[in-house]
Amino acid sequence: MNAQSSASSGFPIAPLFALDTLWFQVAGTLCNLECTHCFISCSPTNHAHEMLTLADVKRHLREAEALGVKEYYFTGGEPFMNHEIFEILEETLCQGPVSVLTNGVLIRADTAARLKRLSDASEYSLDIRISIDGWNAATNDPIRGAGTFERILGGVRALASAGLNPVITVTEACEGAATQDGRTRFFDFLRSIGLPQPRLKIMPLLRIGAEEQRLRAYESWETLKGRELTPDEAGVLQCTGCRMVTSKGVYVCPILIDAPDAKMGETLGETARPFTLSHQACFTCHETGFSCRT
Amino acid sequence: MQDVNLGPFRRIALFGGIYSNYLSLERAIALAKAKNVDAMIALGDFGAFGPHPDRTVEILRASGIPTIQGNYEESLATGAENCHCGYTDPRDNAFAQISYDYTREKTAAAHKAWMATLPPQLRLTIAGKRLLLCHGSPRKINEFLWETTTPRPFIEKLLSDHAADLIVCTHTGLQWQRFTGPGRGVVNVGALGRPANDGKPNVWFAILEERAGDVAVDFVPVDYDHARLAREMRSEGLPGEFVETIETGWWTTCLEILPAKERARGRF
Ligand code: SF4
Ligand code: SF4
Repeated sequence: MNAQSSASSGFPIAPLFALDTLWFQVAGTLCNLECTHCFISCSPTNHAHEMLTLADVKRHLREAEALGVKEYYFTGGEPFMNHEIFEILEETLCQGPVSVLTNGVLIRADTAARLKRLSDASEYSLDIRISIDGWNAATNDPIRGAGTFERILGGVRALASAGLNPVITVTEACEGAATQDGRTRFFDFLRSIGLPQPRLKIMPLLRIGAEEQRLRAYESWETLKGRELTPDEAGVLQCTGCRMVTSKGVYVCPILIDAPDAKMGETLGETARPFTLSHQACFTCHETGFSCRT
Repeated sequence: MQDVNLGPFRRIALFGGIYSNYLSLERAIALAKAKNVDAMIALGDFGAFGPHPDRTVEILRASGIPTIQGNYEESLATGAENCHCGYTDPRDNAFAQISYDYTREKTAAAHKAWMATLPPQLRLTIAGKRLLLCHGSPRKINEFLWETTTPRPFIEKLLSDHAADLIVCTHTGLQWQRFTGPGRGVVNVGALGRPANDGKPNVWFAILEERAGDVAVDFVPVDYDHARLAREMRSEGLPGEFVETIETGWWTTCLEILPAKERARGRF
């Protein structure tokens, strides 16, 4: 199928080529931290999306199996605040590879050991991805909160001791992270904290949610209005291969869960249709070619 | 375009990415012949990484081995600026570019023209099972199908979307197999060009054959003169990181793309 633009709105349209990546907003918008750049403004009190239950996840997993989903991602909020998270991960790891996006603060030795057992019991990969926003407390803590740098490192070290090698995610809120020097500095830093095979993912900022107040919101020209998408460009956009399950329904992608019109249905099947890229965050996806997956 | 169907076979040898390792290719052809295969088929990525890319192509062309395009052949045939290997990390991409620029410069125009004539996929049957031979995946020439991130339901979807019982691929450089039923699944044949990130310098190909009415897979280790290849790579000025991989069997580049478990098995 060729990517097109919608004649009526002037925004390009992203087809769904195949549902390869299924996301679960497993902790809703509830988080133990309250980062100043969080694009969905998570906090201990944000109930915009509630926790998912094991039963919710199972229901969608059955449908995902029939659709031939390739991989599963769990995010929040903070996934380890969900009391059923281990059962959810165990269930999912029977069906495919899993990535969990966490701030790492709640990961202690017993958590890490349990995750390692889940990983060993599966024929698929379990990836834990931890967000940190700098090489030291001075760069990280203003964004993620006072004292969080040390607490995040505690989680990283617990995983490393258990034999799991987390992917470290850094946003461009950490200045210079995306440059070659920044990457090298991060790799050295990760080796120094006990990760001999450092794995790094740099993410651009999405100027929505809390980030609008921190640095800036999108400017009016930052949209895809009037733009054409080539099939190659469409293939790079994550929404041509993913959907996001939250307590409120199934959304187009992990980014737009605060946009009511990004909810595409209640079941995965209902969302197997194109989506109009009328949101300003779509501009960042298109400009940077980035994806939330690892 | 309709895929070419080569017909029924009893036993075939499948060569994954060769990456200009003409020395291991010579050994693999000899080993496959000794095992009485009815056919040998190469699944693309003849160049990259190693020295003197034309030597590999000349062996393939002289032998008449059926071949399909990998992303390397597609890129070389179309004059693309890079290999479309599909890496995400800047360091991996930088090394991929060194290897592509070298290969592109050293590949004869006539060979590039030949690459343009190769099909992207081939079909054949073994024990009545429909095999689909491709480079990365049937839907994308540079899709990575890794063992720990290619789950059963996804395999079933690929099989039904592409009217096949068994998908045979390469592109990742690591051999593995997963069956979802008798004669149904994915076999990644690994690579002849580069060791399997296990600390041993040998490389691998696969033999698929009819056994008890089903398709059986054997991965065959290939020992070859890797010290000679390493010498030639050095004298061609190829990166020391590549040479180290040939000598030690550990990958030093293209690491960021590895899933968690595959990464954990390697040294770097
Ligand atoms: S960025 Fe992550 S850790 Fe920070 S508030 Fe948002 S969900 Fe929580
Ligand atoms: S925000 Fe990005 S992933 Fe989501 S719909 Fe827009 S382009 Fe697609």
